Formats: sequence, C-alpha cells, structure tokens
Amino acid sequence: MAQLIIPTPLRKFTDGQGIFTEEAATVKDLLAALASQHPGLKPHLFEDSGSLRSFIRVYVGDEDIHALQGEDTVLQANDEVSIIPAIAGGV
Amino acid sequence: MEQIQFSKEELERYSRHLIIPEFNIEGQRKLKGSSVLVIGSGGLGSPLLLYLAAAGVGRIGIVDFDTVDASNLQRQVLFGIQSVGVAKAVAAKERLASLNPHITLEVHNTKFTSANARDLVRQYDVVADGTDNFPTRYLVNDACVLEDKVNVYASIYRFEGQASVFNELLPDGTRGPNYRDLFPSPPPPGLVPSCAEGGVIGVLPGILGSLQALEVIKVITGVGDTLSGRLFLFDATGFTTRTMKVRKDPRNPLNGEYPTQTELIDYDQFCGIGVPEAQEREVTAIDVHELKAWRDSGKEHVLIDVREPYEFGIAEMGGDLIPLATVVESTTRIPKDVPVVVQCRSGARSAKAIRQLEDVHGYTNLVNLTGGILAWQEHIDPSLARY
Repeated sequence: MAQLIIPTPLRKFTDGQGIFTEEAATVKDLLAALASQHPGLKPHLFEDSGSLRSFIRVYVGDEDIHALQGEDTVLQANDEVSIIPAIAGGV
Repeated sequence: MEQIQFSKEELERYSRHLIIPEFNIEGQRKLKGSSVLVIGSGGLGSPLLLYLAAAGVGRIGIVDFDTVDASNLQRQVLFGIQSVGVAKAVAAKERLASLNPHITLEVHNTKFTSANARDLVRQYDVVADGTDNFPTRYLVNDACVLEDKVNVYASIYRFEGQASVFNELLPDGTRGPNYRDLFPSPPPPGLVPSCAEGGVIGVLPGILGSLQALEVIKVITGVGDTLSGRLFLFDATGFTTRTMKVRKDPRNPLNGEYPTQTELIDYDQFCGIGVPEAQEREVTAIDVHELKAWRDSGKEHVLIDVREPYEFGIAEMGGDLIPLATVVESTTRIPKDVPVVVQCRSGARSAKAIRQLEDVHGYTNLVNLTGGILAWQEHIDPSLARY
C-alpha cells in the first residue's frame, strides 16, 4: 500500500492525521481517496477544474510527479508519496 | 584572492576553519571577500546573521523595518530584553559588531519592496531570504533572478521547515531552479497562516536558519554540494527529513522558455492580498464598548468564542468556546431567541462563523464583535494577555 505524507498546514483537514495509507494504482487514485475521506481537503488540493493547485507539489519518493507521468504515475507497493505545500514563515 | 590578508587576531579567530583541509585559508579568503544580504532579522535571520558574522563574511547587509517585540525573544536569539522597542536592523548590527569587529555591517532599516529590492540585491554577492510572507518571498526570488544573484532560501511553519538554494550559477554557466520553478504561484491569502497566527516552535527557525547559513557559506566557498536543485524538508514532530528534486519549469515567467516578466511586479496583488472578496457579505457588528454596556446593564445575550482551545488558554473573555470548524454542528449551544455575540481574536473568523450559521441554519440574531478579544484587551480589560 502506498503511503501519503500530509504536511502540517493541511493536517487540520485530516483530524491531525499525518500519514494516509491506501491501496491505490496511481497518484490520482491515491489523492482522490484522500479527498473523499477528508472532503475539507479537496479545495486545497485541486482547482475547480480538477487539476492540482499550483502551490502544491506532489512527489513520489524524491521525484516530482511532473517529471514522471503526472497524476497518472503508477504507484508501487511501498511508494512514499508526499504533498509539499508552499510555506512562508520565517520570523 | 591573494590580496586578501588576515591580521593575527583574525587568523586566531578563524583557526578552526583554517585547519579544515577542504576549507583552509582559501575558503576564509572567499568569505572575507564576499558580501551577503540578509533579508529579515527575525527567527531565520537571527541564526543566519550570527553564524555569517562569526564565520567572517566580509560585508553583511541587514534588511528589516520592524522593531523588536517581547514576543520575538522566544526565537529571535539575536536580541535581548534591552533590544525591545529598538529597530531590529539597528539592534542586530550592535550585537553582531560586538561578535566580530573584523567585518563590515550595513543597516537597511527599511521595508524590502519592489521599489528598492533590485538596488539592494545588486550591492551583494549572495542573498539569504529570512522573510515571513508570500509576497516578499516572491519579491526576493524575482529580484535575485533578475539581478543574477543566488537566493538561499528557508521557510518554516509550526514544526515544519523547508530549505533550498535558488538561482545558483552552475558549472555549465546556466542558473539552477528558483522559487517559481517550485511554486509557480502562492496559496490564496488565509490558507496558510503566518507565524503570528499559526505559531512556530522557537527552535525550528534556529535549525533552518543555521542550515541557511551553512548553504550561504558553501555557495561562497564552493565547498561541498549545495541544495541547488533540491528541496530539504524537516518535520520536527516525527524527526523526519526528506530531500526532494527541484527541476526547472519551462513555463517559469522569469527565465523559462518564453519569459514574460522582465521586471518586478506588485506582489501583494500577485498574492491576492488587498483584493476585496466580493462574496463575503457584511455581518451585523457591535464594538467592545457596546458589549461592555450590554454587560453592565445586564442586557440578556450569549457570547460565543470561535477561536481554538489553545488561544482560549492564553486569554478569554467569558465566552462559550466553539471553534470555527465546529460551529455549524454546534447549534444546540447557540440559541436563536436571544442576541448572540460572536467573538474571535480580531473579528475575521467570527464574521465567517456568522455567515456560515446564517447560511446553513438561518440564524438572524448573531452579531460580530468588531476587533475581537484584541480590541477588548486594548479598550476594556488590559489585564488580558495579547498574542
């Protein structure tokens, strides 16, 4: 099962849960499963058009899905998928 | 580099650098011969400035427009209680001058804006971004790309930190990825709270700012491999670290295949700040003096506090605590037959709660407390803590 790491700013939509595990064939399926289990997350991950929002990057391992097959990237059993949001704090 | 000489005092001071074979006196010469602009002297800027000054960077510029506040001391280790109320850039220079008299410190006691950014950046070899908001993050990035400067980046949120090196000159003469390759556009305002709203564990900027200082030193000396083309992630809660690849995006508006942006822009507008949200209708409101009069006269009403429990623990004014995220499901605790005053920290979340309750449950008896508990503290009850 692929493991999805949820960053701190989005954990308020997952009841504080930082890791989401689900049987999913592709990145798209995994994100859809996450969004259906935590509907509050959906507007923070996807545009109305359904595409990923531009302040979010999604990685499989250390590779950006844009450099793979995008959301159609096929997941292997132990893949670690990360959602990386832009954060700006510094003071 | 041969012309850069060191006094006996300097040689002794930097001796632990000089005896590292890969670093040696050449690395130290490069540091002394270089200049760094540190933008922001807060949580990230404090360790950055302390370590860069201690390491012997020859000329350091400090940009900050703020003054030191008591709530800064939990993490901004450059400052002490004697600095409270003093301009940060000035207080920082004083502290750093006492740390290392062999370097030049330049104070820029001003806001970093589209008007002065390129002029400031141009005067230095390397830029380190210790700012705290999206408009300035994009401004720093764009100024660095347009002026061909390296931007050593870090940012933090609660227990989480990110670091990278942007726009570094690579051996093949091209520049490494920059912030816009990673995040083409910022989140809408309000989605990711600032440290002031979201909080930050004090040590975290210490860790990330120290990593930034390390990367600045590596960029200058050429020792080791920098984080160019990589994004370092640190999650303090589980003590996990990850390093992700960052690639250039051909659609980058600054230096992609078809650049469309050749100068700085209005970054507040770019980040959606100050743009009125048309869909947010006004709600009925009273100010803190009116609420005080209600209380004094015994007028029947209910006070609902829609902040989070940890905020309630810092200061509260007698309201029933129902966090914003749960108000819609908490109607049994919110009467419809008496006036209900809704309150948060500054009045924005309570207005949102009122709109939700009106829209979902048809409430007509809700009034917002303008200015929230901050206004109550300021005008009615100064014994409360501000946060």
